[in-house]
Amino acid sequence: MTKKEDTGFIDRVWNFFASVKLAIVLLITISLTSIIGTVIEQQAAPEENIKVISRLFGESIAPTLYNIFLKMGFMDMYHSWWFVALLLLFCCNLIICSFDRLPRILKIIREPMVPIKDESFKGVAIKRELRLKGNLIKVSNETAHVLKSFRYNFAEIKEEKNIQFLTQKGRYSRLGVYITHFSILLILTGALIGGLFGFKGFLNLPEGETSTVAYSRNGNPIPLGFAIRCNSFDVEYYKNMDMPKAYKSDLSIIVDGKEVERKTIVVNDPLTYNGITFYQSSYGMVPGADGKFILKVVSKNGIEKVYDNLKLGDSFDIPGTSMSAKILDFSPALAINDKTGKPYTYSDELVNPAIYIGVYDKGAEKYRGWILKRYPETSNLPEGHKIEFVDYWGVKYTGLQVRNDPGVWVVYIGCITITLGLIIAFFINHKRLWVRLSEEGGSTRVIFGGSANKNKLAFEREIERMVRVLEGGRK
Amino acid sequence: MSSTFFGISTLSYIAAMAIYISYLAFKKKGIGIFATSVTVFGFINQTIALLLRWSESYRLGIGRAPLTNLYESLIFFVWTLILIYLIIEFKYKTHVFGAFVTPIAGLALAFIELSGMSKNIEPLVPALQSNWLIAHVMISFLGYAAFGVSFATGLMYLILRSDNRRQGIYIFWTICVSIFIIILAAFGIDYIHYKAVSSGQEMIIKEHLFESTFKNPSLAIDTVSWLVSAGLIFILWRYGLALKRLLHSFSLSVEILDEITYKTIAIGFPLLTLGVITGAVWANTAWGVYWSWDPKETWSLITWFIYAVYLHGRFVRGWRGKKVAVLSVLGFVAVIFTYLGVNLLLSGLHSYGSMK
Ligand code: HEM
Repeated sequence: MTKKEDTGFIDRVWNFFASVKLAIVLLITISLTSIIGTVIEQQAAPEENIKVISRLFGESIAPTLYNIFLKMGFMDMYHSWWFVALLLLFCCNLIICSFDRLPRILKIIREPMVPIKDESFKGVAIKRELRLKGNLIKVSNETAHVLKSFRYNFAEIKEEKNIQFLTQKGRYSRLGVYITHFSILLILTGALIGGLFGFKGFLNLPEGETSTVAYSRNGNPIPLGFAIRCNSFDVEYYKNMDMPKAYKSDLSIIVDGKEVERKTIVVNDPLTYNGITFYQSSYGMVPGADGKFILKVVSKNGIEKVYDNLKLGDSFDIPGTSMSAKILDFSPALAINDKTGKPYTYSDELVNPAIYIGVYDKGAEKYRGWILKRYPETSNLPEGHKIEFVDYWGVKYTGLQVRNDPGVWVVYIGCITITLGLIIAFFINHKRLWVRLSEEGGSTRVIFGGSANKNKLAFEREIERMVRVLEGGRK
Repeated sequence: MSSTFFGISTLSYIAAMAIYISYLAFKKKGIGIFATSVTVFGFINQTIALLLRWSESYRLGIGRAPLTNLYESLIFFVWTLILIYLIIEFKYKTHVFGAFVTPIAGLALAFIELSGMSKNIEPLVPALQSNWLIAHVMISFLGYAAFGVSFATGLMYLILRSDNRRQGIYIFWTICVSIFIIILAAFGIDYIHYKAVSSGQEMIIKEHLFESTFKNPSLAIDTVSWLVSAGLIFILWRYGLALKRLLHSFSLSVEILDEITYKTIAIGFPLLTLGVITGAVWANTAWGVYWSWDPKETWSLITWFIYAVYLHGRFVRGWRGKKVAVLSVLGFVAVIFTYLGVNLLLSGLHSYGSMK
């Protein structure tokens, strides 16, 4: 007695989880609750959301409502216990539903087709009938030929006075839906792996400095297992505009004091080492940093020298000549006033860095002028020498997002299989075709019967074409 | 150069919208053919404009597919919507759908004009320089266009299947159509008002959206706007059955409408899926997070879920007809909200969301 009730209960639970009704209810519930999180800003400062709530519901009840919402987890909704529970329920639903149906589907796929007993093919979705001259053998040969030319492999069932051809195509397409569903589970699994075993951090790394850790959101250091150095950071601008074209960080990975990898990363092209990926994310100025000017000096006859340790006020030689130069002034963002023609600095950021250079021959000053980093044409001296302003180095830091996500490949594989699954589910048909031939008097009666799980119209047209070929081939 | 052609195509589509609607009213074959010709003319112009804009970007040294800002993506949306529509018109040999599809194009074009979004070919900030992004925008908007068609046919299905004014679906579609008209009209009033006020000055109308009507500082205008809207809903509700009789006279079969609705969703759904995926891959290469539950992502997930409910309802639970047609309409409302609502409404509540 008790045993029977037991299975009854388990069956009921199983059926509950296997039902598509539950799936629909869950899809709708998750959708509706998700909306909350798009209205209330997630993981934000309380004041921000109190403002939003008072705009929606009125000033007076906003603080109370805020506290209620906070308790319900709305402020970090997608990680709240009840939302995660909904997602879990959704997964259970998907898994149990698949287990429930898959055996039946596999049976449909594996089972060989059986001939249709009913002579006039009653109840078959698509039907075409024709009568052809000639005996059974002749017509069956012709029919076999047509089926082959339409790329159908068939089984032939001979009875006393009739022959039936059985053939089907695309039966595995029935698995498309299950590939789709499985992919959803795969993607969620990947996300879970990432959440459990990965980390998210950031690192602000000044030029020339090395770090062996990144930092989590609340500032705790996360050891990397190797060291990373920022060799330099640079912003490239669009021509004649202050609009950044690229943020570039030249990074080195250092293991046991040796550089093992070096790459210049930009946004959309990160550096990965040992499963840890560094993304270009922001940049800034290091307060109170002592910068160095890096200049590349090329004399008229091609002698080149790089100075990488110059300070404001320092002098340097132009190689192969008796000339020297001195850095007299520096501006992080130089512009020329349209009216007065006077230069001025328009920003504290390193938007358009420029140095003011005095040039001397044997100690006597020849001339002075500005050299701009972003405008290489300003580096030419009248004598044909060149002083290129390569960088003002050591004052910037690069802001890196540091991520380790061992689950991302699972997610990506899931993305690929879900796409395949959907294409199979929507665009590949499972088509079944029966052709029955029977000799009646001097001629042969041919009946085509077909069924398809979707796009019946297209299959009907295909059968129509087969019939026409069969008829046409006889003329 | 390209802007001239865009202008011509915009005018053509808006004219076509009017002609299709008058075709609905007068049922003259000639009007239908005229409407189609104007649409085709607009489409050719728009195609030229898109190609020109692409080559212009190369001449400016920026060189990229014209798909990277809101303006370009909306233009591309209209282009695909019209393309899919023309294919369907050709295949099913009827002009009637035009009266339902072209207003969607009209809404998008009106929004472009109104929002004061930049039409310049601008260089891309570093985060947007990604082929994944281009794939993402292109695929998503192909999907949206397919959903746009399913919205139109789903709506027509509902209209044809309603019998009396107390029916749930009747009330549903009259309200939907009214809101659509109200928003389009409010956009139009804003546009005329601010063009007059700003007298040629550049002005971001988006920030003043609905200020000529619903959000007007004057309480009187405010009230009148709401009253007029309520009135419109009432009128549509009262006389909506006339629209049904009108559609009926074209002897459209509801089965074909249902079939087109399904087929376009069957095309849109994999595209939307792939759109979300390419977006996630882009986010992952740019910041190392493929999913961050930001409002736009969440709304695209909601949209995806609504269409998933459509598919399961139809294929597994055997829902037919009205129930799924309602879902096809709701799905597209979610599409519009994902694209415009998140920027317009939610960004009004917060600081995030921009017209980028
Ligand atoms: C958002 C998540 C889901 C997506 C994207 C999805 C996708 C699909 C698709 C594309 C189909 C094929 C529909 C067609 O034939 O046109 C399908 C069918 C189906 N889905 Fe889902 N599905 C989801 C969730 C679920 C869940 C949670 C269940 C759990 C019960 C479920 C159960 C089914 C069943 C039973 C079928 C019919 C299978 C068959 O014909 O043998 N789906 N799904």
